[in-house]
Amino acid sequence: MFVFRLDTHSGVPPYLQLVQQVRQAVLLGFLQPGDRLPLIREVVEDLAINPNTVAKAYRQMEQENLVTGRPGQGTFVNEQQSAAMPASTYTSLRRGLATWLRRAYAAGLDERAVDALFTSVHQQTRNEDVA
Amino acid sequence: MTAAEFALRTDGVGKRYRKGWALRDCTLALPAGGVIALAGPNGAGKTTLLRMVVGLLAPSTGTVEVLGHDVTASTPQTLSRIGFLAQDHPLYKRFTVAEMLRFGRACNLRFDQGMAERRLAKLGIPLDRRAGTLSGGQQAQVALALALAKRPELLVLDEPVASLDPLARHEFLQVLMGAVAEGGVTVLFSSHVVHELERVCDHLVVLNHGRVTLTGDIDTLLAEHRLLVGPRTATDLDRSGTVVQAVHSDRHTTLLVRDGGIPAAPGWQAQPVALEELVLAYLRRPSSGVAA
Repeated sequence: MFVFRLDTHSGVPPYLQLVQQVRQAVLLGFLQPGDRLPLIREVVEDLAINPNTVAKAYRQMEQENLVTGRPGQGTFVNEQQSAAMPASTYTSLRRGLATWLRRAYAAGLDERAVDALFTSVHQQTRNEDVA
Repeated sequence: MTAAEFALRTDGVGKRYRKGWALRDCTLALPAGGVIALAGPNGAGKTTLLRMVVGLLAPSTGTVEVLGHDVTASTPQTLSRIGFLAQDHPLYKRFTVAEMLRFGRACNLRFDQGMAERRLAKLGIPLDRRAGTLSGGQQAQVALALALAKRPELLVLDEPVASLDPLARHEFLQVLMGAVAEGGVTVLFSSHVVHELERVCDHLVVLNHGRVTLTGDIDTLLAEHRLLVGPRTATDLDRSGTVVQAVHSDRHTTLLVRDGGIPAAPGWQAQPVALEELVLAYLRRPSSGVAA
């Protein structure tokens, strides 16, 4: 059964953290179509989290067509339209990132500098896409 | 059972003790069905407000309406719909757990003893132990089981986890959130520990110096606020919405703004703000700065 985590210091709202974890697990193939997510009640009692937060996360996942709730049975992972990322794409992206990281460390950046640089460029790229 | 839209409404509520005002101009409308946190430092007026909500204290000014009824009237019918867990989970230390349950049944119009016994059995708390010999975490669980056995529509808890160790705190919140998942109860609790609120609450009220400085749905509040980091400036503040807090270092400035997420100016980086940071920023504001 899928297990959720919660990072209380990330600044990301808890319901979004739950959505992102499922999205990522689907992308990486840890969750397969037809897998059942835990019941809202189970997530609540496991994480000591507000039930409305879990319900909101599940609603959002349904809206994104990530999962389908079947009354009385549970919530199940959908067949994904864009399918999980092909393993080759994942490997190639991962390798590209590793190469870039090695160059950054070789240039003398430390872990924090790498984080700062990545965050800054990532945000800039996203802002450009929005504009 | 009437389904009131608001679990709690206060209008211009104030409380004056001999030494001065403990609470002033408190106007709130808190939705039913959620978990509401009342945050603020010690002495902010949290306990005063909670005691007025449960009818233990009469307001000096204004009105308090719980589940659609004026609580100052304090009829047994209204009070039977409200559960209250005072600070430090008071129990009669020499009573056994079973005796506490019998006491609860005798004192309440509505009391689901079977439910309380099932809850305690699930937690492995023996009914024949004297309350005073249980661990702090177990005493808190017994007090919570008693409060929940009333099947309250509004459950008010004053600093319920402050005295508990991290594990007992987690177990307490697991039971409390499980009860919310069963439905029918709105929870209002106070806490001066902010960093755990985000996972358990969907609504927030921040009190400081006896006044409400911030109130709202937590996801909405987090979406409306963010941190902007950029070159040191004092000029570009107007277009950035409301500046809650500005911190300047030699070359750069960090602003906590409430602007609803308009695109950041060139050269500025926007970051989401964590709930704890947001609450602290509002607590640091001068007491005159009141935001709705």
